[in-house]
Amino acid sequence: MTKELLKGNEAIAEAAVRAGLEAYFGYPITPQTELLEWLSKRMPDLGRTFLQAESELAAINMVYGAACTGARVMTSSSSPGVSLMMEGISYIAGTEVPVVLVDVMRGGPGLGNIAPSQGDYNQIVHGGGHGDFRPIVLAPASIQESIDLTVEAFDLADKYRAVVVVLVDGSIGQMMEPAELPPMQPLERRDPEWAVNGALGRDRRILSSIYIDPEEEEDINVRLLKRWNEIEANELRYREYFMENAELVVIGFGTAGRVALSAVRAAREEGIPVGLLRPITVSPFPYARIKELTNLACGMLVVEMNSGQMLHDVLTAVGSKIPVEFYGRMGGVVPFPDEILDEIKRLCYEPVAPSENPRTSWIDRLEHAKN
Amino acid sequence: MGSNPTVEMVYKRPDTFTEVSTHYCPGCTHGVAHRLVAEVLEEMKLQDVTIGVASVGCSVFAYNYFDCDFVEAAHGRAPAMATGIKRVLPDRVVFTYQGDGDLASIGMAEIVHAAARGENISVIFINNANYGMTGGQMAPTTLPGQKTTSSPGGRDIEQTGFPIRTAEMLATLEGAGYIVRRSLHDPKNIRKAKKSIRLAFETQVRGLGFSMVELLSTCPTNWGINPLESLHWIEERMIPYFPIEDFKVSASVSQIRV
Repeated sequence: MTKELLKGNEAIAEAAVRAGLEAYFGYPITPQTELLEWLSKRMPDLGRTFLQAESELAAINMVYGAACTGARVMTSSSSPGVSLMMEGISYIAGTEVPVVLVDVMRGGPGLGNIAPSQGDYNQIVHGGGHGDFRPIVLAPASIQESIDLTVEAFDLADKYRAVVVVLVDGSIGQMMEPAELPPMQPLERRDPEWAVNGALGRDRRILSSIYIDPEEEEDINVRLLKRWNEIEANELRYREYFMENAELVVIGFGTAGRVALSAVRAAREEGIPVGLLRPITVSPFPYARIKELTNLACGMLVVEMNSGQMLHDVLTAVGSKIPVEFYGRMGGVVPFPDEILDEIKRLCYEPVAPSENPRTSWIDRLEHAKN
Repeated sequence: MGSNPTVEMVYKRPDTFTEVSTHYCPGCTHGVAHRLVAEVLEEMKLQDVTIGVASVGCSVFAYNYFDCDFVEAAHGRAPAMATGIKRVLPDRVVFTYQGDGDLASIGMAEIVHAAARGENISVIFINNANYGMTGGQMAPTTLPGQKTTSSPGGRDIEQTGFPIRTAEMLATLEGAGYIVRRSLHDPKNIRKAKKSIRLAFETQVRGLGFSMVELLSTCPTNWGINPLESLHWIEERMIPYFPIEDFKVSASVSQIRV
C-alpha cells in the first residue's frame, strides 16, 4: 500500500470498512458528516448495512440492536449529537456488547459552533451515560493514527465486549494528510456465544442491561470493574517525545498534543529541557507514568482545547509533588505553537509554586493576552 | 398407559411460551396478548428465527415468557433496536412489544420513522390508557377526564391536549403495510386480535413492510376497578375514542389468506 492524501472523516470511515464494519447507523452533524456520507455510498456498494437514522438517539439504539447480533458496528457524531447518544452508550455498556463510536468534537457548550474542540473529554472519559462503567477512549493526533486506532478500536471492542470511542476534534475530521489505509479484511460472519440471532439449534439467549436484583446488579458492576482493571493493565497507550533529561513535561492529547509537540521541538532547539507526553488512550489514563515522571521533572504543563478537563486526571497523578500549570484554548480555538512555547519559557524561567487550581492564573493570562 | 382415542388435546401451553408464571396483575390482558403472539409464532414455526424486542413498561420482562431470542430496549427505543437487528439479519423475524407510554410518548419518533421507512418488523402495541409500570400516570392515550395519579382531577384537555390515535396516524405513512386496532375485552375480539397478529407476522415474513397491531388492553389495578368492570370499560369508554378498525392494509397484504 502507498500513502494517499486523505481527509480525516473519510479516512476513519474507510478504515472502519476495511476493519470489517458490517453496519453503520448515523445522523448528519458538522464536523463529522463526511464520515456518514462516505459510508452511505461505500457500505451499500459492498452489500453492507448503512442507514441514516432519524436522530442520534435512534442511531445509537440501532447500533445497540445490531451489536446484539454479534456484527461489527459503528456510529459517529459530534459533541451535541454524542450527548444524545449517552443513554444508548450506557445500555450498550450494561449489556456488554461491542460498539465503536467516533466523536468528532466541536466547540460548546450548547449548540456552540463547528470549530475544533476537546470539550467532550469529561462527557466521554468521565461521563458516557449513567451507571458504573468506563469506555475505552482512543485519542489520535493525525490522520494516520486515526486510521490505525479505528481498526484497533474494533478489536478492543470485541475483546472486552465494550464501548470504544475514537475521540478526535473537528480539525482531524476536516483536515487532509498523506496516510496509508490498511488492507481490506475479509468480512467474517461473527457468531459469538452471546449473540442474539435466532435460537436455531440452541437454547434461547437474552441480551439485556436489566438486573432487577441489586445483589446481581452489583455482581455485574464488579464484573465490569474487573474487566476495566484488565483493560488498564493491558491497553494503556501513550507516546513520549524529547523526554530525555526533560525538566519540564508537557502533557496534551490529540490535536493539542500535536500542537504542543511543535512547541516542545522549538523549545528544545533553544536548549530548553522540555519533553512531551501524549496520552493515546485517555481512558485508561496513564496515571502511573505521569506519577513516575514527577521523579524526573520539576514541573508540568497541561495543554488542552478545553478549560482543563484532563488537567484533573493529571493532578490526580501528580498530587502536590511538583507544580502543574495549565494552558488551554476553548470555544473552538486551536492554540498556536508559539502560545505554548511562551508558556514553556515562562515555566522554565519563572518557576511557579504548586497551585490548588492552576486554572485561576491561566484565565488571567488568557484574558490579558486577548485584551 | 394406553391412549384414549376419545380424548383430544384442544388447549395447551404453546411451545413458544416458557413455563413460568407472569408478573402481571390479576385481570390484566397482557397475558392474553402474550399468548396470542406465542400461538402465532408456534403456528408459523417461527420460534427459532425470531428475535423479540422488549420495551420499558409493564412488559419489561416479556423476554422471560417467550421462548425465543430476546433483547431488552431502552424506553421508547424498541423500534430503533429492532431496526438494527433486522437490517443486519433480514432473514430473521423481529418484533417489538411496547406499551402506550413507550411507543406513543417517549418513543414516538422511533415508531414513526420505523413505519415511514417501511421497516420490515412487527409491532405489538398495548394501549391501556395509562403508565402501568410506574403506578398509573397519565399516558398519551389517557382519555379526556380520565383520572390518573398525575391527572388526579381527570385529564384536562385544555392543559394536556387530547389522546393520540397512534394507529390512525401511522397508517398515513407509505411504509406501513398493515396497521389495525383490536381489543382484548371479549372472546370474539380476542379471536380477531389473534388473526391480526398472524397477519402482522405474515406481512413481515413476506417482506411487505411495517406492521402494527394496537391492542386495547385492561389495567384493573391502576384503573381502580375490578377485572370484569375493566373489560366493560374498554368497550364503553375506550372503543368510542379508539375504534376497532383496519387503518392500513396494503394491496399486497390484503391478498394474504390465513
